[in-house]
Amino acid sequence: MKLKKKIPLIDQVSKSGFWGNKFGGNFVPETLKKPIEDLEIQFNKLKKDKKFINERNRYFKNWIGSPTRFIKLEKLTNHIGGAQIWSKVVSDANGGAHKVYNATVHCLLAKRSGKKIICGDTGAGYAGKMLSMAAKKFGLKCKIFMGAKDIARQQPNVKAIKKNGAEVIPVYSGSQTLVDAVSECMRFWVANCDTAAMCVGSTVGPAIFVRICGWSTSQISRELKVQLIEEFGSIPKKLKLYNCVGGGSSSFGFWNEFMDYDKKQCEFIGVEAGGPARSKKHAAPLTYGSKIGILHGAAQYVNQDSDGQIEETESISAGLDYPGVSPLHCFLKDTKRARYTAASDEEALNAFKTVTKYEKLRPSLEPSHAFSVAIKEAKKLSKDTIIVVNSCGDAYKDRGILEKRLGRKYVKPN
Amino acid sequence: MLNPISAAFKKAKQENRSALLTYTVAGDSSKKQSLDILKSISKDADILEVGVPHNTPVADGSQIQTSAYRAIKNGIKMNDIFKIVKDFKQSNKYKPIILMGYFNMIFQYGENNFLNKCRSSGVNGLIVVDLPWPENKYFAKKCKKKSIYFIQLLSPTTTKIRLKKIIKDSHPMSYFISMLSTTGGKLKVSPKDILKNYIKIKKIDPKKEVVIGFGITEKTIGKFKSADGLVVGSAICKEISNSLKHRQNPVTNVSKLVKKLKSKII
Repeated sequence: MKLKKKIPLIDQVSKSGFWGNKFGGNFVPETLKKPIEDLEIQFNKLKKDKKFINERNRYFKNWIGSPTRFIKLEKLTNHIGGAQIWSKVVSDANGGAHKVYNATVHCLLAKRSGKKIICGDTGAGYAGKMLSMAAKKFGLKCKIFMGAKDIARQQPNVKAIKKNGAEVIPVYSGSQTLVDAVSECMRFWVANCDTAAMCVGSTVGPAIFVRICGWSTSQISRELKVQLIEEFGSIPKKLKLYNCVGGGSSSFGFWNEFMDYDKKQCEFIGVEAGGPARSKKHAAPLTYGSKIGILHGAAQYVNQDSDGQIEETESISAGLDYPGVSPLHCFLKDTKRARYTAASDEEALNAFKTVTKYEKLRPSLEPSHAFSVAIKEAKKLSKDTIIVVNSCGDAYKDRGILEKRLGRKYVKPN
Repeated sequence: MLNPISAAFKKAKQENRSALLTYTVAGDSSKKQSLDILKSISKDADILEVGVPHNTPVADGSQIQTSAYRAIKNGIKMNDIFKIVKDFKQSNKYKPIILMGYFNMIFQYGENNFLNKCRSSGVNGLIVVDLPWPENKYFAKKCKKKSIYFIQLLSPTTTKIRLKKIIKDSHPMSYFISMLSTTGGKLKVSPKDILKNYIKIKKIDPKKEVVIGFGITEKTIGKFKSADGLVVGSAICKEISNSLKHRQNPVTNVSKLVKKLKSKII
């Protein structure tokens, strides 16, 4: 298995949708073969179409608000006393997280193919919020599938979805989290693929969804590359990019443009959700060596029992609470281009405390996982090492959990 | 020896009727009960589809999901399912059994191990919901070598060219999904239109059997009499759920339902 240079990773895929002949694919019911093929043809054509790219860029710039900030966390760096810690504040994007890129692209595609409805899954509620926002913008009817447990713990985003006029469909099956929401959303698509488009909320699902999402979130690293050169004159000699990994959409987008650099110069560190310190359950299939299995149409490392039943996960962060992980990350792990590790619930909470103590930045629980590992490793690194953490979501949605776990003073009064 | 699946179709043809295929989930609501149900309904059903419960079933509606979750909660494992089939076959050797499930269960068991186990326990056919053509070509060939039918699924979204290619590669039986729906959806297309599609498929290769499934209940089954075979799944799973809810015996109730279904297509 080898990573090719000069070809975008989303295009290093076989005809049948596999990366490295091993990850991804299209394990879907027959009914979805045609809609998936249609979407493939449409996407492959449009991603080479200059007019379409310009249209996308226009929405990214004027509506989403590109570029998002790239800032030095001066006080945090001084406090830690090692490598320089910077952040790409992707939560600046319209709606407050990276999910807006994928949602916008899916709505653009749906609009062009004449679909009237768009359905999507959500865990933390960001994918749902952004899809509802984009659907409203483009005049599409929107249905969001969300696990009942996540509806309870991510209320601010649920309210936002409803405010945008979308329907929130609670999912009560299984663990009532993201994994069940994705299943239910796929079921809806199976039954309505003639009139509805589906937006998978991360770089997971059948291969085409992995590719569209990765193509969309890559905006993050396109911006970062320019910003790094503006700041340092060139890509730093020692660069480390930390990102949380649930499905893997923000991390892939954060790394994509740097894929061809040697990992000694530009290292990728993916941080999965280790779950509560005292629990055996986790959402870190790459870190803890889960076996390859098939989930939501794609072969990937996934938490499962010996029979192949998908195991329940546990994490304080709804956005990372997923038993599988993108085929792209499985491929990056096996080719050793990226390194993966996990942070526990408690470590993420501590990182949130530290970051908010020193900086005017309020990362949500998902990027707090990445901050946890970045802070830990920064101590041991030289001052000329540039650490960049993707702050891909804002903590506003987590106010309920933060108040419960850390107390009132960690919740911003807005 | 003729595969019992083909023999069952032959018998139904001789009786001038469609074959009745039932779907129940292995281990629902317990290992013993699901075996008892199979034994009891085998009097009226021509082919028994045995569902392998999976906890992320992307094509199943709420009735089958409920049955699957119930079976998993009660501890059913892949090896128990093979045991149920084996035990059933000891009492009724020629009644065909088809296992229906999702590919991850086969993948984890190992394709070859899985097929060997199918063979030794008496499985006659396989339906793998999320292993469509052409990805299933290689696995289907392996099935053929073991004299197990790999049953292709066809859907209203399957294009004409694709239909031809799939039928060409297909084994003697295929499964036509009546409408765009998960299992157990309400019939939202008229039986006439469904049969029109069905006839188009049949014309490609009239010698091959095609069954119709999805949305078939006691109420609708009579309208599809002209098909080679008809599958009823969710309605049966629902009957099990209702029986449990009312503290009645699922074996008796399901058997009654299957008898009624049969009477509608004779």
